[in-house]
Amino acid sequence: MENIISVKNLNAYYEKKSHVLKNVNIDIPRNKVLAIIGPSGCGKSTFIRCLNRMHEVVGGTITGSIELEGEDLMKTDPVLLRKKVGMVFQKPNPFPTMSIYNNVAAGLKLNGTRNKKTVAPIVEKSLKQAALWDEVKDSLDISGINLSGGQQQRLCIARTLAVDPNVILMDEPASALDPISTSKIEDLIFELKNDYTIVIVTHNMQQAARVSDYTAFFYMGELVEFSETRKMFTSPDNKKTEDYISGRFG
Amino acid sequence: MKEKGFFYYRKKAVNYLMIFLSFAAALAAIIPLAFIFYYTVSKGAQYLNLSFFTQMPKPVGETGGGMANAIVGTLILIGIGGGIGVPVGIMTGIYLSEFGNKKFAAVVRFMADILSGVPSIVVGVVAYTLIVVPMKHFSALAGGVALAILMIPTVTRTTEEMIKLVPQSIREAGLALGIPKWKTTLMIVLRTAWKGIATGVLLGLSRAAGETAPLLFTALGNRFWSTSIGQPIASLTVYIYDYAKSPFEDWNNQAWTAALVLILLIALLSLLFKIITRSKYKTN
Amino acid sequence: MKFNRNVLPNKEEKKGLFKKIHLSNNIGDFVFERLTLLFAVSVFLLVLLMGYEMYQSSKLSIDKFGLSFLSGSTWDPVKEIFGALPIIYGTIVSSVLALAIALPLSIGVAVFLAELAPSWLEKPLSFLVELLAGIPSVVYGLWGVFVLVPWIRDYVEPYLSDKLGFLPFFNGAPYGFGLLAAVIILSVMVLPIITSITRDVLKSVPAAQREAALALGATRWQAIKIVLADSRSGILGATMLGLGRAIGETMAVTMVIGNRALISPSLFDPSYTMASVIANEFTEATSELYLSSLVELALVLFVITIIINGLARLLVWSMDRKWRRG
Repeated sequence: MENIISVKNLNAYYEKKSHVLKNVNIDIPRNKVLAIIGPSGCGKSTFIRCLNRMHEVVGGTITGSIELEGEDLMKTDPVLLRKKVGMVFQKPNPFPTMSIYNNVAAGLKLNGTRNKKTVAPIVEKSLKQAALWDEVKDSLDISGINLSGGQQQRLCIARTLAVDPNVILMDEPASALDPISTSKIEDLIFELKNDYTIVIVTHNMQQAARVSDYTAFFYMGELVEFSETRKMFTSPDNKKTEDYISGRFG
Repeated sequence: MKEKGFFYYRKKAVNYLMIFLSFAAALAAIIPLAFIFYYTVSKGAQYLNLSFFTQMPKPVGETGGGMANAIVGTLILIGIGGGIGVPVGIMTGIYLSEFGNKKFAAVVRFMADILSGVPSIVVGVVAYTLIVVPMKHFSALAGGVALAILMIPTVTRTTEEMIKLVPQSIREAGLALGIPKWKTTLMIVLRTAWKGIATGVLLGLSRAAGETAPLLFTALGNRFWSTSIGQPIASLTVYIYDYAKSPFEDWNNQAWTAALVLILLIALLSLLFKIITRSKYKTN
Repeated sequence: MKFNRNVLPNKEEKKGLFKKIHLSNNIGDFVFERLTLLFAVSVFLLVLLMGYEMYQSSKLSIDKFGLSFLSGSTWDPVKEIFGALPIIYGTIVSSVLALAIALPLSIGVAVFLAELAPSWLEKPLSFLVELLAGIPSVVYGLWGVFVLVPWIRDYVEPYLSDKLGFLPFFNGAPYGFGLLAAVIILSVMVLPIITSITRDVLKSVPAAQREAALALGATRWQAIKIVLADSRSGILGATMLGLGRAIGETMAVTMVIGNRALISPSLFDPSYTMASVIANEFTEATSELYLSSLVELALVLFVITIIINGLARLLVWSMDRKWRRG
């Protein structure tokens, strides 16, 4: 298996006070879905926010090394990095003053690609990839906030896809959605993994089992176990993992 | 019931009395408003006609004429004021909400509050010493700068407050798309907060349009047509002041008309902003 | 950019990190942050510059008169003697009396808006009160000159001197133009300021405070009294903001106060305020010393309003924090 991201001795801090991630080592395989599970406050969100350096935005610091395709993340310009490593957030957050079209085009337009002939096909392709095209193709110029929650989240996925990332980070993307929207997002993840590496944080064990190829279990800021999902959910190596998966805590 | 004795009824009576007094105060507060509007509209409308907008003021002793120069002058003055005050206010507001280190931001915020309490006549004196004295003559520029100084605190604080209302998740969404922070701030955050900021700008502009004191010895006034920013310029407010003081009845009446036009101008300004800031997108 | 600085894995890597950062994007961020900082600094400096400029321009007068500028009671441009005491007196008396009228009214209106009015009435009423704040000062003045002053001259002053003429405050010939007219117009002008802040302060008191009182069998008014007591410092702050506004108010006052530097107990007599002296005499000031004295007056006004506003903001802030923390 080929790895796209390699994390070594990663420690993350929040405002120099709290030590959120402790010595995490993990290799993330290319074009697979990696699920990050663990109880609240275990550092799973922080972990994926380190992968696109969004952890810094809220005043966090890290030590250790993260390599994306062999390049040190901390030596890459975060702005360029984030084009390669896209992110979908817990709550759908379309830009409220932009139309659906402009939401998807935002990443391109604001990075200098303004030619309509280039942008329009990418917008269409991204919306198709996000399985939203058929629902919105006739109303591309209405505001993104008029869509339903599930549609908004798929819009955010389309927006991320439009910048053409290699990796997509998803921070509990379905936790704010109803079951039907959730299953649509899960189907989407299944489709997307052919072209993208996906790291998804979830507190829902069934979801992890359904969508992911690999699973990592975090507990109290440490990576407790990392293995193929099937193995993790059938015969975990660690007692803590077993307890968590079987619902004894968390 | 037994307990419903004297104290009970007194308590009740005081209660109703106080509620009534509070209501009466609210009524009393809007009486002057009604009076001022009544007089401005009825007296002002009497002399309101097309020539007020198209003609120049007549020399002393002649009746009729208009205030075309003052209307244009007021627009030019608030144009200069807004042209300087709005960018300064918006950029300072962005600094306060997006970048400011805590201590310095608190100092700047405090200074902006202080500035908003400085009497406008004092701002006029400062503009006089800063601009009129070195230039050696009164000018529209000096008046515009004085108005800009008066607008800055309003625009700054509204911008800050409005930008703070933009959810953090919107900023993160922009950054996560690989959009640099400055573009995220200008093209996404500011755009989201735009309506609120426009309201602040409008408030600043309409207050500036109604200012007289800071113009008295900066823009001065001008009985002739002038659109040059290096020369003294006429304004509606200074005309109202001069004409109200004058012994000529015709001028007194024109002062009312000028007041009505000024209020209409301010109303028009807010209408214009309402149209500009109306949502571009249909909402269900 | 802020977050680059925060994320330094260790000191050895520091140098390499900054070198390899892609400049194209970060230059934008770097420049933009500095640019906003520049504007923020300019706002900060502006206030200092204002004070400095006025100090420089009034040096002539400060050196000549020293403290007697504040204590002298002769303001005589012809003899070039400038003592601002009657002017300061006029400023303080007109403002304080205006506040004495406006404060109870404002609290009444604020209580009505925040506690009593049904929401369909509250919004339009709040709007009307805010409209009152939006009327240009010179329009108040215009109304004062042609409506208020004649009314005071023909009805109010004759009535007062008839009924209360034995008091020195209501003594003298009814001119109309004078302290009384200024006080009335000022009280109308500061009312919306005190009202809107007081209303906000009252609204920031948690509902639990009222409910607790009502649950104990208090009447509506008794519950309001508790809320008012809780809001003391906020209302005081609002009052001081109103005072700052009244002291600096120029046009309306200038147009109705009569403009004579005079210390007299009678409300019927003309008076003068610092702002109206400047408005009236600045363009007529022919000598350097005269101009310098007027600038000094502006400086005094500046310092007084800064102190008042500073205190007021602190009071309103402290009120704000009290409930946010609790």
